[in-house]
Amino acid sequence: MVGEEHFRAALMEDAVDDVLPHMVIEPGTAQEVAGALKIATGAGLKVIPRGSATKMGWGNPPWSGELILSTHRLNRVVEHAWGDMTATVETGCTFQHLQETLAAHGQRLALDPIWPEHATIGGILATNDSGPLRVRFGSLRDLIIGITLALPDGTLAKSGGKVVKNVAGYDLPKLATGSLGTLGIITQAIFRLHPLPRESRTLSFSTSDDATSRDGSMNALVLAIQDCNIVPTGVQVRAGTSAAPEVDLRFEGTSAGCEAQIEQTLRLASGAQRIESPAGVWNAHAELFRGTEPCVVCKFSLLPADLGVFSESIRAVTEPLHMAWQLVAQAVGAGYLRLEGRDSGALIGILEDLRKKLQTRGGSLVILRCPHEIKAKMDVWGNTGDALALMQSIKAQFDPTGVLNPGRFVGGI
Amino acid sequence: MESRILDQFRAIVGKGLITETSELHTYECDGLTNLRVLPQAVLLPTSTSEVQAIVRICQREKIPFVARGSGTGLSGGALPVDKGVVISLARMKRILEVDLPNARVVVEPGVINSDVTLRVAPHGYFFAPDPSSQSVCSIGGNVAENSGGAHCLKYGFTTTHVLALEVVLPDGSIVHLGSRAVDRPGYDLPGIFVGSEGTLGIATKIVLRIMKKPAVIQTLLAAFNTTEEAGTAVSGIIGAGMLPAAIEMMDNLAIQAAEASVHAGYPNCGGLLLVELDGPDAEVEHLMAQVGEICTQCGSWEIRVAQSEAERAVVWKGRKAAFAAMGRISPNYIVQDGVIPRTALPRVLGDIERMSAAEGLRVANVFHAGDGNLHPLVLYDGRIAGQEERAMELSINILRLCVKYGGSITGEHGVGEEKKMMMGEMFAEPDLETMQLVRCAFDPEKLSNPDKVFPRTRLCAERTGPYQPHPLEAAGVAQFF
Repeated sequence: MVGEEHFRAALMEDAVDDVLPHMVIEPGTAQEVAGALKIATGAGLKVIPRGSATKMGWGNPPWSGELILSTHRLNRVVEHAWGDMTATVETGCTFQHLQETLAAHGQRLALDPIWPEHATIGGILATNDSGPLRVRFGSLRDLIIGITLALPDGTLAKSGGKVVKNVAGYDLPKLATGSLGTLGIITQAIFRLHPLPRESRTLSFSTSDDATSRDGSMNALVLAIQDCNIVPTGVQVRAGTSAAPEVDLRFEGTSAGCEAQIEQTLRLASGAQRIESPAGVWNAHAELFRGTEPCVVCKFSLLPADLGVFSESIRAVTEPLHMAWQLVAQAVGAGYLRLEGRDSGALIGILEDLRKKLQTRGGSLVILRCPHEIKAKMDVWGNTGDALALMQSIKAQFDPTGVLNPGRFVGGI
Repeated sequence: MESRILDQFRAIVGKGLITETSELHTYECDGLTNLRVLPQAVLLPTSTSEVQAIVRICQREKIPFVARGSGTGLSGGALPVDKGVVISLARMKRILEVDLPNARVVVEPGVINSDVTLRVAPHGYFFAPDPSSQSVCSIGGNVAENSGGAHCLKYGFTTTHVLALEVVLPDGSIVHLGSRAVDRPGYDLPGIFVGSEGTLGIATKIVLRIMKKPAVIQTLLAAFNTTEEAGTAVSGIIGAGMLPAAIEMMDNLAIQAAEASVHAGYPNCGGLLLVELDGPDAEVEHLMAQVGEICTQCGSWEIRVAQSEAERAVVWKGRKAAFAAMGRISPNYIVQDGVIPRTALPRVLGDIERMSAAEGLRVANVFHAGDGNLHPLVLYDGRIAGQEERAMELSINILRLCVKYGGSITGEHGVGEEKKMMMGEMFAEPDLETMQLVRCAFDPEKLSNPDKVFPRTRLCAERTGPYQPHPLEAAGVAQFF
């Protein structure tokens, strides 16, 4: 179906966690993706979808997986309807390639995922990745308007459409977003776009050196920014073992608009110290994944007003163990935390403690990167509450024999 | 309905059970009044546990049920079903919690849309979705229909502003979808539930996101000779890289109706544009000047900027009253809700004009121009034999036109009963079959608002595969909860 050059034996580097697949297939069209899935399902093979493999370690280890289905060849920007501010793109396209195409008409997909130069649209959708821009433009669920989904039984289904406003039928684009490829393989996605900003300004503050009040004053500043009528396109907190927490703000728009908002912010943040913004500050979350030494990187979510208390909790649990940590959080209440260290027992204790604290208050902690021995002992997702049975029913409807990414998603899905 | 069942219902809701035919008539239709079905009974629960108890009985006795908010829907979504009951959420209307630091409000489904904003306005916040019926429609109804409104161009739809829900599923169980914090791990269940038109269960509690009111709001009215000129101005505004809070367009017929009804002081012109910008002072000032220039370049001969909050309110009142105002210029009318890629506007309006002339029926156009959501109002006189049928045919053909141009059969009113036969024109069979997989997961017995949205419902096969325990689970290391 795909030709011999696009179907090969798997190599060591194709392994997902400890599972080594047998074959790798690279379909060239959506129909071939659906066809490959149908054949695999018929043959009882488990399939692991893959884009550029930047986040293959996310999720629980698969229970099994014989076939890697790569979207590598599905890499076209199908249509940029710039007058309608929408774009249709194949999911193997890298984020950067899409953005470069859109920039030709002064537009962008208002999202800033990690590793944009390599990450594919499909992988970004599967993991529901987002960045600082979400404070103003929302996350993928607010930007995606249509998908084509290939199901394990070979069905190729469309949902949503090419218009921004559309309530015809169930919203499968949202269901597929963040589903880690467990319901089907998204072959094509349609997004609403935004204009590229005319100007962009960033300013940063250091909140307090006082150990007793630093996290509280950081949180107070973040909430004060949210509670006034300035409209930043980034509100970010950086904190860590030693230094005082820092807060970054970004404004986009006309230069007069940016200046006026900066002035307003300076009045608001009079208790904080303005510092020079570090280079690449809006990419700080990707920096947490640096290096190859053992560490844990997790994603957390919480209510914005709980940020200070959470930061204090991290200090409290890591200090006795002299464990270094670093976090980058967006003011909407989503962030990444990095914990250094080799003692997996101690790390598991800390992760479980922090997860419990977050879950009690409606938040979550998901482990994205960690040593093998931690993944072997901990579910990376945590509690999904009383809706898990419903999620399992949805999975059973879309993928009744568990072909796609078995075991990698929440609750054993 | 058997009296033993009515007795069980009465035991749950007491006087909140309606069985008198004269009273049942109130519930026989929603805002789409040409479709009517008399329900067997109407229940008015006051709590989640009452809703749950009612649904459990429906489940046991296989009685189909239709949840209803304020009944303002325009696609027949709350139309009762034959041999079924209506569960009205109108008495569950408490605002349960206002959490300003986190910008969250927790409400019961019967809370009126604009009451949320009223409650938080003193603190400078607002609830963004603003359907034209916002002073009477309920949040539960907004959730079911994924309601939009004029300002969703910038702020998004109901789904953008719903973080979590408590839902009574059709099997009577209570589940919590989403969470107060963003990005709950797992499938985006609020994402699939919002806009499901009551077919997946009944929301009994809803966590909303509220937003900070912008520093400045400015509204501009621009008069053009034709809708085509006005459409060109819209393209110019979007092309200049602006994202206005709203861009609305009305044609001459719609202007006449609005004027006759609320005297908004609109200029009498062929195409009227209403552009609202909001944000920081300096930004709005600068961009509004630019909007004015673009409109002038595109042929606008009168431009007014509302000078006060009161003037702004009048301008919007005219727009929001436009549907109801049609009664002033026509005995009957049909409201449609199609979406087109915005750039197709001149061609689509041209086609509608030709179709209207061919049928000999007037069509007024009210248009959310920024996002391509068209509301053609087909005017007719029901006393003239055959005219209603022709009007219906024309309005359906306008939807076909929207699909032809790559758009949608509904932007915010929902599919409901009215447009389910159109779904097959917008989607292929595999698309519809795939959507129904979701239905089968939530409501395999098809009790919750059955026969709506989809042209036909599929039988839910038992699709569960053999259970495979996770190696960790088998080893006793971990368990899934």
